[in-house]
Amino acid sequence: MTTAQGWLQVGLFCALLTALTPLLGAYMHKVFRGDAILASSAGRVERGFYRILRVDPGEEQDWKAYARSVLVVSLGSWLLLYLILRTQGIHPFNPAGFSSGPADLSFNTASSFVSNTNWQFYAGETTLSNFSQMAGLAVQNFVSAAVGIAVAIAVIRGFSNRSLSTLGCFWVDFTRALLYVLLPIAFALALLFVSQGVVQSLAPARAFTSLEGAEQAIALGPVASQEAIKLLGTNGGGFFNVNSAMPFENPSGLVNVVQMLAILAIPAGLTATFGRMVGNRRQGWMIYGAMFAFFAAAVAIVYAAEAHGSPAQHLAGIAGGNLEGKETRFGMPGTSLFAVVTTVASCGAVNAAMESLTGIGGAIPMANMMTGEVIFGGVGSGLYSMLMFVILAVFVAGLMVGRTPELLGKKIGAREVKLTMIGTLAAPLLALVATAAAIASGHGLRSIHNGGPQGFSETLYAYVSQANNNGSAFAGYTGFVQPNAPGNAGAFGLTFADLLGGGAMLAGRFLPLVAVLAIAGALAGRTAHPDGPGTLRTDTATFGALTIGTILLVALLTFVPALLLGPVVQGLTDRMFR
Amino acid sequence: MTGQTLAPPQHDPSAAPGEPGRDGPRRRARSLLEPAILTTALLDALRKLDPRRMVRNPVMFVVEVGALLTTLVWAVQALGGEIAGAGDDPAWYTLTVAVWLWLTAIFGNFAEAIAEGRGRAQAATLRAMRRETLATLRDGGAKPAGELLLGDVVVVAAGETIPGDGTVIAGIASVDESAITGESAPVIREAGGDRSAVTGGTQVLSDEIVVEITQRPGESFLDRMIALVEGASRRKTPNEIALGILLAGLTLIFLVVVVTLRPFAGYAGTATSIATLVSLLVALIPTTIGALLSAIGIAGMDRLVRRNVLALSGRAVEASGDVDVLLLDKTGTITLGNRQAAEFVPMPGVSERELAEAAQLASLADETPEGRSIVVLAKERLGIRGRELAGLDARFVPFTAQTRMSGVDLGGVSVRKGAGDAIERWIEAAGGTAPPALTTAIERIARDGGTPLAVARDDRALGVIHLKDVVKDGMRQRFDHLRAMGIRTVMVTGDNPLTAAKIAREAGVDDFLAEATPEAKLALIREHQAGGRMVAMTGDGTNDAPALAQADVGVAMNSGTHAAREAGNMVDLDSDPTKLIEIVEVGKQLLITRGALTTFSIANDVAKYFAILPAIFAASYAASGDETATGPLDALDVMDLGSPRSAIVSAIVFNALVIPLLVPLALRGVRFRPLGATALLRRNLLVYGLGGLIAPFVGIKLVDLVVHNLLGA
Amino acid sequence: MKRDAHATVVALAVLTLVLGLAYPLAVTGVGQVAFHDAANGSQLTVDGRTVGSRLLGQGFRATRYFHSRPSQTDWNPSATAFSNAGPNGADTRAAIAARAAAYLRLEGRYDSGLTRAAIPPDAVQTSGSGVDPHITVANARIQARRVAQVRGLPLARVDRLVDEHTDGRGLGLFGEPGVNVLELNVALDQETAR
Repeated sequence: MTTAQGWLQVGLFCALLTALTPLLGAYMHKVFRGDAILASSAGRVERGFYRILRVDPGEEQDWKAYARSVLVVSLGSWLLLYLILRTQGIHPFNPAGFSSGPADLSFNTASSFVSNTNWQFYAGETTLSNFSQMAGLAVQNFVSAAVGIAVAIAVIRGFSNRSLSTLGCFWVDFTRALLYVLLPIAFALALLFVSQGVVQSLAPARAFTSLEGAEQAIALGPVASQEAIKLLGTNGGGFFNVNSAMPFENPSGLVNVVQMLAILAIPAGLTATFGRMVGNRRQGWMIYGAMFAFFAAAVAIVYAAEAHGSPAQHLAGIAGGNLEGKETRFGMPGTSLFAVVTTVASCGAVNAAMESLTGIGGAIPMANMMTGEVIFGGVGSGLYSMLMFVILAVFVAGLMVGRTPELLGKKIGAREVKLTMIGTLAAPLLALVATAAAIASGHGLRSIHNGGPQGFSETLYAYVSQANNNGSAFAGYTGFVQPNAPGNAGAFGLTFADLLGGGAMLAGRFLPLVAVLAIAGALAGRTAHPDGPGTLRTDTATFGALTIGTILLVALLTFVPALLLGPVVQGLTDRMFR
Repeated sequence: MTGQTLAPPQHDPSAAPGEPGRDGPRRRARSLLEPAILTTALLDALRKLDPRRMVRNPVMFVVEVGALLTTLVWAVQALGGEIAGAGDDPAWYTLTVAVWLWLTAIFGNFAEAIAEGRGRAQAATLRAMRRETLATLRDGGAKPAGELLLGDVVVVAAGETIPGDGTVIAGIASVDESAITGESAPVIREAGGDRSAVTGGTQVLSDEIVVEITQRPGESFLDRMIALVEGASRRKTPNEIALGILLAGLTLIFLVVVVTLRPFAGYAGTATSIATLVSLLVALIPTTIGALLSAIGIAGMDRLVRRNVLALSGRAVEASGDVDVLLLDKTGTITLGNRQAAEFVPMPGVSERELAEAAQLASLADETPEGRSIVVLAKERLGIRGRELAGLDARFVPFTAQTRMSGVDLGGVSVRKGAGDAIERWIEAAGGTAPPALTTAIERIARDGGTPLAVARDDRALGVIHLKDVVKDGMRQRFDHLRAMGIRTVMVTGDNPLTAAKIAREAGVDDFLAEATPEAKLALIREHQAGGRMVAMTGDGTNDAPALAQADVGVAMNSGTHAAREAGNMVDLDSDPTKLIEIVEVGKQLLITRGALTTFSIANDVAKYFAILPAIFAASYAASGDETATGPLDALDVMDLGSPRSAIVSAIVFNALVIPLLVPLALRGVRFRPLGATALLRRNLLVYGLGGLIAPFVGIKLVDLVVHNLLGA
Repeated sequence: MKRDAHATVVALAVLTLVLGLAYPLAVTGVGQVAFHDAANGSQLTVDGRTVGSRLLGQGFRATRYFHSRPSQTDWNPSATAFSNAGPNGADTRAAIAARAAAYLRLEGRYDSGLTRAAIPPDAVQTSGSGVDPHITVANARIQARRVAQVRGLPLARVDRLVDEHTDGRGLGLFGEPGVNVLELNVALDQETAR
């Protein structure tokens, strides 16, 4: 049963998020206008960084140059990370003596972190050394997030620039995202987490004997520092295998709320930044409102479904909510909120076993990802993907009021529509095709853990999550087989799942990214048509409703048949499957 | 810029714009679905199934391929063969699906064929005019009209048909242009000035003119008009292309949805047949809008032609829906073509009657509208009767550009009227002096936006006639209407700013450009365009040509010069400058219809999912062992349809039937209402979005009742 | 291209040092100094001997102890994993039923009125982390009867200890109250030893 106190928690969280949005939005607006900081003494670090990069901060890039910089830095990151994973055995900070990763798994992991997905076929604490976690994954947590923010800012400039046909300089946006947004907030968050019990130590695990005499160890590591950026950058790759369900990552109900706010803060804040940069704050609120409506509805459904309990427990005679895979301290509201927060944002951190959610409770997180991660979405990527849906909505709406469609005064023509279709359809197409490939070929079946519709859900979830760069999982689905032997001896990756997923992550990240930059490039420098009584306002509730409808129809209709065969079939029956 | 038709169209301001029948004679009003057109269209619809044609419309091409595939499956079944794709479908089911898929494709073609047919019927009337005439060349000899080259000079005498489009280079004639304009009153065409353009196919009624041909063979106005209404030269407009891409993208994604559904269903142990999967695909892809898209475009062009407007490209029609600013000539558009006498202002010591009598006398021979209006005013105000000049020993002194006055010499007395300074000079030349009151009166009238006309008898100034511009009836309402549509009106006039401001206020335009030169007009248009606005303008004179060319939508008056007609991208055969309101509405209607049907089409998918997916998955994950048991997903059959097969058939039958049902809407267009964009969007979302969500639930259920209960499927 | 490549190489080198090394070291440095206990896993010591972490649940099988929630990993904090038991899984149902039976068998001895329907779900469903430090108050109340009888303590005394070791909601608002099993069991041992 849902409780009034539970709904209060949900309501409070919504209020906190809404209050935080304009504040962070205004701050980021200031950062990316940033010339004042650059000139001040606080800009010394920034200036020095440009000097060693040999970048002229005043330079302006057109969309192609901007996209090229994004792709080059991403490629470089991918190569570096792959190299680190493959040679892990020879690096320092490897107290448990883990061996180097296999090629297929490393491909998946490198693609996962560079694409801001943080899909984990590996198990954090039993495969990766501290060095890999810090120098490899943690760096990419920052870098991929900064790339996302930079692209979002560039795309906004495409809408707001009227005389300039350029989008700004990637290296500047990238640097500012790191220096003024991600790093300081992550540092503060990390310390807050440590104070609440999240561990942060480079010491080896501390062995102890339990009260009943069992020999165990307290696993230590640089957890808090990674935790902060894992959430803030909507990365989601945790230090521990069970992610934010682990008390050492997420020790209390209070930290849980802070974690969820950290996930949504930047994606939500960017809507306000958008409003400010295009000179129409209502426009930012309209986008926030559309996202929020989805979010609120999703939370309500998941909370109700989980509080109702699972068929398995009911048939076993147990009343009450479904606590399988959930932690006591978060309870139903804290877990339901987190499941929705992490899937609307392309974070993928989890504080419970997604696979153990009820049929409907599991269908909603999938549906959240299936929107193309536009409900807040990933840092940066959420906003720019949402803007593509806004373009689609404005196109249909513009026609319906009898004008050539325009967004913020800029006409939307065939080229923009084409690029938007590429940008919005890439992820669903990838997800469907990959799921079908995994289901139809025997290779994909090896990864499945549970039988019946649950097995289908696992597969669907895996490729929807990877294609949309989310990273959360119905964790039964595996790409890595790991016997419990020291140093991971005898472990091997499931090549099919690793490569298919890795490919989906890369394509799901970079196709929309390049498409949206191309749209921004086409819009930048275009004269904006001044508002008149005949022009369609895109900052109204009516338009917000249309945007919601567009996302529902275009993104979700695609997945209805698949959803029916997976989680929905379970949600509609009390039958048990093997 | 004062070219006018001889018979200006009569406006009835009480009639709402955009309604047919407003502007005098209407072009061939035709009921939407005429039997003759229907028959031809049906045949055309079949002919259009040619895959090479269908492939240009990806949505409908997918339908055709699906139909073909299903037919093949049925053929194998009918021949008793085994085919994997048939599943356990009975042959009748496969056949039913195939037939309805073919019908879907044919209905789509049918819609396009009807639209084209209606255009063709118009073209036929036009073509009947294009008689092969023999043109008499000025240099002697003759050649068939069809072989005339650019620059040929021909002589056309009374009773002859003008052999091609051209410019009159000598002579004056009255011409019957009813064939093109539908306007029965003859118009004057003369060399020089703004009334020099003639159109091939029209007939000279009197006199003789020499015409220089300005068209290439086969590219005459008539030819272009025929091509336009037939849709032959129809190129896709920018918005149509963009929408086409959207629809193709949706088709692609639904194709993938359906193709991947087979292995997904297979995992759940559910077999899917080709007929069922194709049904699902065709139900999901936006066939409604895909089928009607080109019909909407053709019909839009057709609606314009019906309003006597020829658009030289579909792009221009679409652009007219986006117009933000409308530049209108004052004279002839906002005001009646001419000023009219409104007041006599006598000098001190002169009675109004004395002034009026002199003024009337000076105007008796003045056949200009201004002159006539003075005679009328004298009669209306003071009862001064008209006199016959012929009986008197009068010598009429016409207006010249040098003297800038006119008048009459009558038995030693000279009466003159004219511009203030000209009259003053005349008085001084006669030895008199102009009283200061004259200057005062002249200045006052000018300040009020009127035109002062001084009157003098011999060396004595009698007074001033106040000539006023008269704003046409109903202009204010029309501008209000434009404003409601989001369009600003700018009046363009050669008057001084004072006069212009007064008339602008009176007429209710939003802004004005005074002392306008062609350069100033051009600059104004560019300035608006630089601000991102779309500018429309109407014009007829040669000096309007640059501005017409620069404007996004340039509507040339048919009565205007050849240069103007070439520069604009539309020609109004009625030469009615306020026709732009209707043009804008047609442009907007075109987009609204497309948007509304797209929304409707996509919204339909929800109901179709509810019909088809429970049908496919009815038995999925049913408790094992029981063959007739339904699985959990059967709960989604909210429409409670008769049987799985009946559900699928009902969905595609509905999908097919909705196309012909919406043909009238596509041809007529969704009505544009000047509500403001957000209100309009809300309205259309409600009607076509929500309607599109609900209608198929009702429709499919009804079809299912027939299919399941009556036909027993 | 060349410039981007140069910038990428330099940026990645610098960022690996700053974000991969300096940042976690800085957090570690400040954390170790300012929040030493929390940063090192909130270790719980009894008589100078570490018996575990306040934040990590342990396996308890003895009847004198409160029992933690079922764990997929045998309460191993070094290799965490979800059970990934599906909501409609026949295995899930069987596992829950088996745990419920065992719970009923154990606790029913001390509380004859206990029915299957009254078993709190947290007692029979595995936790997310496998080391959930808490059980619900309802679960603790049922177990308190057993612990009190086995230890020969008054039930009210045990109930009071349960209250004392119940972690409330964050700021009184966020999360759910839970009884910290390890702390409670340590307190019980100390209480009994006294």
